[in-house]
Amino acid sequence: MSPAGQDVWVHVEHLKGRVAGHTYELLGKGREIADALAGRLIAVLVGSGVRPLAETLAADGVLYVEDAGLAEYTPGSHAAVMRALVEKEAPRAVLFGATSMGMDLASVLAAALERPLIVNCVNLQVRDGRTVATCQMCGGKLLCEAEASGPVVVTVMPGSFPAEAGLAKSPPPVEAVPMPATLETVGMRAIRLLEPEPGDVDITKSAVLVAVGRGIQRQDNIPLAEELAGALGGTVCASRPVVDQGWLPMSRQVGKSGMMVKPKLYLALGISGAPEHAEGMKDSDLIIAVNSDAKAPIFDIADYGIVIDMYDLLPALTQALQGRKA
Amino acid sequence: MNITVLLSMVPDLVEELEIDASGAALDTQWLRYVISESDDHALEQALLLKDRHGASVSVMALDYGDADQVLFAALARGADEAVKLTGIPEAGLGKRAAAATFKEALGGIRTDLILTGVQAIDDLDAHVAGMLGGMMALPYVGVTRSVEPSGEGKVLVQKEYPGGAAAEIEVTLPAVIGVLSAPQPPRYVPVARIREVMKTRTLDEREAVPATVPAEPAIIRLFKPESAEHAQMLDGSPEELAEQIVKILEDRGLAP
Amino acid sequence: MTPMRELNWNIAEHKLIYAVFLPFLIVFLWGVFVTMRRWLLGRPDPRWDRLWERLVGVVAQAGVQFRILREAYAGVLHATLSWGFFVLLAATCLVLLQEYLGLPTLQGPFYLYFMSLVVDLFGVLALVGTGMALLRRWVLKPKRLVEPRGSDGYSVLLVLIFVILASGFVVEGLRIVATRDPWGAWSPGGWLFAQAFLGMPQEGLERLHRISWWGHAVAAFAFIAYLPFSRAMHILVAPLSIFFRSLEPLGRLPAGGGAGAEGPGASSLRQLTWKHLLDLDACTECGRCQAACPAWLSGAPLSPKGLVLDLRDHLRARLGHSNGGRAMVGDVITREVIWSCFTCGACHEMCPVYIEPVPKIVEMRRFLTSQGDVDATLQDTLTATSRYGNSLGQSPRARARWTQGLDVTIKDIRRERARYLWFVGDYASYDPAARDATRAAARVLHRAGVDFGILYDGESGSGNDARRVGEEGLFEMLVEKNLATMRGCEFDEIMTTDPHTYNTLKNEYPRFGATWPVVHYSEVLDRLVQPDGVRLTRKLSRRVTYHDPCYLGRYNGVFDAPRRVLRALGAELVEMPRNRRSSYCCGAGGGRIWMKEAAGIKERPAESRVREAAALDAVGTLVVACPKEMAMFRDAVKTTGLEDRLVIKDLAELVEEATTLEVSGHA
Ligand SMILES: Cc1cc2nc3c(=O)[nH]c(=O)nc-3n(C[C@H](O)[C@H](O)[C@H](O)COP(=O)(O)OP(=O)(O)OC[C@H]3O[C@@H](n4cnc5c(N)ncnc54)[C@H](O)[C@@H]3O)c2cc1C
Ligand code: SF4
Ligand code: SF4
Repeated sequence: MSPAGQDVWVHVEHLKGRVAGHTYELLGKGREIADALAGRLIAVLVGSGVRPLAETLAADGVLYVEDAGLAEYTPGSHAAVMRALVEKEAPRAVLFGATSMGMDLASVLAAALERPLIVNCVNLQVRDGRTVATCQMCGGKLLCEAEASGPVVVTVMPGSFPAEAGLAKSPPPVEAVPMPATLETVGMRAIRLLEPEPGDVDITKSAVLVAVGRGIQRQDNIPLAEELAGALGGTVCASRPVVDQGWLPMSRQVGKSGMMVKPKLYLALGISGAPEHAEGMKDSDLIIAVNSDAKAPIFDIADYGIVIDMYDLLPALTQALQGRKA
Repeated sequence: MNITVLLSMVPDLVEELEIDASGAALDTQWLRYVISESDDHALEQALLLKDRHGASVSVMALDYGDADQVLFAALARGADEAVKLTGIPEAGLGKRAAAATFKEALGGIRTDLILTGVQAIDDLDAHVAGMLGGMMALPYVGVTRSVEPSGEGKVLVQKEYPGGAAAEIEVTLPAVIGVLSAPQPPRYVPVARIREVMKTRTLDEREAVPATVPAEPAIIRLFKPESAEHAQMLDGSPEELAEQIVKILEDRGLAP
Repeated sequence: MTPMRELNWNIAEHKLIYAVFLPFLIVFLWGVFVTMRRWLLGRPDPRWDRLWERLVGVVAQAGVQFRILREAYAGVLHATLSWGFFVLLAATCLVLLQEYLGLPTLQGPFYLYFMSLVVDLFGVLALVGTGMALLRRWVLKPKRLVEPRGSDGYSVLLVLIFVILASGFVVEGLRIVATRDPWGAWSPGGWLFAQAFLGMPQEGLERLHRISWWGHAVAAFAFIAYLPFSRAMHILVAPLSIFFRSLEPLGRLPAGGGAGAEGPGASSLRQLTWKHLLDLDACTECGRCQAACPAWLSGAPLSPKGLVLDLRDHLRARLGHSNGGRAMVGDVITREVIWSCFTCGACHEMCPVYIEPVPKIVEMRRFLTSQGDVDATLQDTLTATSRYGNSLGQSPRARARWTQGLDVTIKDIRRERARYLWFVGDYASYDPAARDATRAAARVLHRAGVDFGILYDGESGSGNDARRVGEEGLFEMLVEKNLATMRGCEFDEIMTTDPHTYNTLKNEYPRFGATWPVVHYSEVLDRLVQPDGVRLTRKLSRRVTYHDPCYLGRYNGVFDAPRRVLRALGAELVEMPRNRRSSYCCGAGGGRIWMKEAAGIKERPAESRVREAAALDAVGTLVVACPKEMAMFRDAVKTTGLEDRLVIKDLAELVEEATTLEVSGHA
């Protein structure tokens, strides 16, 4: 049995009774780190009535804190609990997702416990007993490799590691921990959860955008793009010429005179990548461009490029995605 | 309500970023500083509170980069008071040291609400706001898209979650809020007004109290991602290509 | 017997006319007083310089009406109507001269040839003009008269004028018959009417004559009394607006109202100048401005006529205290209207009475900008411009990046003297569509041995468009930055590729002490292709058309230099219907290139323009001389599907084509 001082903890993020996908990515990576440090991998699950979630977590153990006051997430209550636990058990590394919840908890915890904080990591490893993290800085224009020899708090970009390794094949041992902190002094109270307005196509809010340009050629072809967007769980948007033709409403236009979007995925189909268009989408997390012209400027801003007639690719892609879902 | 907004300058990404000879820091000679985007929103959020509900807004920045310019612009936009913390190294401070310095400076100020951007792009521990909350042991909520007063000594914030969802949380003051965005984009302030303010107003300069912070993680190296220039081209038959795309999406957790 | 006519024949009680006239006169004077008092609401603006030039303008435009006559139908109807009226008025005054000064104006050849024949013919002309006007208002109804709202007031006036003219002829006709006037036929109009009364008993003739005489007089008086309250007021105010017109170049925007308590720019009528307010009453509602306005024609909510009329209503309501608390900016003139203007100046060019919409619009923009009330994209642009010195938000260090990979090295004028300081401008430096033309210009100039240099990253945007969106402080900041650099350089002339830049350097920088001559590169090219310049042996046998950039042509009168260059290249130049002074804006000006497109745009100006060019017979090239146009027109040929009909070429690119061909011909 290794000392708790070498343990790797993963904060389990959950909302509406579901574990966020990146938690499994963290567990998968956490496993490697814990092994390298010869510590245990512990998942920390905080909430009310969410014990069943523990069963899916691939870890050496789950610390489960249950309290009615934790039913609705607030940064204050969860930070108080995490802080008390970390203070007591002193794990080596505490991993959070670089998400709305994780950012809050990690930064408060690191400051309160005077632990170093490394955020927005895309890679983590152990070298000579030190934790080495690679993280994104300056809007992805720079990567920074940093190391910490002692205890550390880390946030990890979702999508950095595969999730499979973090999914439990058999339920892990769960240790129910008595509520370690008081919630009276956290100074905040959850009021309600606001759902995004349904039916309202606000492409700036869509995480996945399938963008069509003049390469789509005819209005009749729009449904093909819609089908693909459906398979991806995304929304169709367009360059200006397509909107000009009246094939899609103005609210779908991306670019200088349209919307500024920053989705997780921007799939550009038959768009040349004129600066007026690029202006509106170049900050997307992942850009995949499909264009029949190898010299199209869109390839300068895309992460991945494919030179092909989009109509050859569309059916195959839609099918592959649908097949995967089924 | 007394609001203090903390403003930081970060490298302007419009300029090509250069790494210095040590390989572990940005070459400041080539740096151009701008106000951190989320700090800009934090200021806007404070000014909206002032406009709509009445508040006094004071802004504070560490003296490096274009601190003067940023503070004067904040005054021109409607802040009531601007504090510049002097005695800061030319290249600024790490975010934790910055948070600690702000904490010391805030000690002597009566403030109900501390607003600052949820993250700065230029450091390993980007979250000045959250760290300040932790250090001051004040309630802290980050990633907000709106802050409204809510009864005596409280504010109601909307904290963003992915996919357009949000949580409404009531926070007891004094508190620290890490703003992601204000309900409306930062207002434009005409150049003439900034110039006017530069002539008629002065910054409240205060010597920063050196703060001790735990050893920060050591930066081994800074480098540019390799494929930044051109897309990585995929090849193959339509079916193979489809498969490759699905794989990429899966790797990023984007596959349905 | 000497030809003559008896004064006041048959009207024994004619002295009564003064008593009858008095109330009408009082109403008239009151109306004039009220109107003029309204103008005093505005702030001062001295317009008393160069009196002679001003007077000549009044004679040419209010008298001869050159501008009005640019249009056939409307021109003729207005000229006949107004000249007819002038002459009849003059004749009436001449009658008074005989009555009070005893000058024999109703006797002899003067009476016969002028007072009878000429005056009568003018009366007929006026009657014809009135008929044409009524036909136009009631039947033809051209769009520009009825949109965005009609000007019904004119119908009443025209009918009244018709009554006055017709009754005049009736009176004359009756007199001719009743007095058996031997010279009756010398008054052809009256004579014609006389035919209707032949055979009437003398007593009846005289009675009817008296009635119609009084009727004629009362109708004329009614017209006079009604005048200040009607559309006819332009008869009095238009000469004033022409007299007090701006004699400054169109490209030199007046300084604003300054920062008073209400801030810079104009948020209320008080902050406009008295001349702006006078303009509102001078407007004839002819709609010529609107018919030329690219904003209106593209479907934007701005019509310069509509703007003037809305402001006029606001001015009138304001004094009647019935404006219901409506704010000038926002309520009366909406933000959409204010931001729609391209500042192309077509409305200034067209207006027969020299009304100036652009400075009014810019004053309102100044107010909005001072309030930070700008659209998101414009805000980004302004922020970028103040931060980086260029509107594209790019690194100032990359300003001269276009010179990379050029096989010629360009002098850094900050270090080396050159004849021309080439002020490149934002778009020409950064915009990918424009950069090729910039490079071509550099190569051509270099090859021709022109001695020039650029400021490299010492150049900032000129500020022309910043000024036009009302960001005066930003403009001044840019001017100061540029002048600080330029003052340290040695050169003789400034050359620009961007007409917008050209305009402000030439017209607005001098106020800050920049006294260098400014030339456009088309003018430099023009010098080059002259016989003693570079020889272009190989001719370009293309049919091309040329688009006059607003800020080069209409604003600064450079029309011929680019055309001469094209001809020298051997190109066959075919003019578009809207050319030179009536060139149609490409839609980039006035900062519009930085703003979100207005909702409901039917046809963008650039699209209308490329269609116009493509409709020319066998013309395959549209030549531009402005880097912004490159982006606008290249986009427009795509959106209109005219890509294979029309290519967009910069003037410099064509020159290069000619010289390159020559070189390769030798090789
Ligand atoms: C002031 C201004 C504002 C503007 N604002 C915007 C804006 O907000 N948004 C915007 O999008 N544009 C805007 N534009 C227009 C912009 O400059 C471009 O014209 C526009 O983005 C081009 O759209 P596109 O890429 O769809 O068309 P194109 O440039 O014509 O590109 C079509 C592409 O499709 C490819 N293609 C054709 N057929 C196929 C096929 N079968 N399979 C795969 N690829 C194919 C072609 O190779 C080509 O690269 C603006 C322009 C100006 C001047
Ligand atoms: S300047 Fe041009 S766009 Fe503006 S109102 Fe006049 S004609 Fe219309
Ligand atoms: S502003 Fe001038 S051109 Fe326009 S309607 Fe009035 S008089 Fe005519």
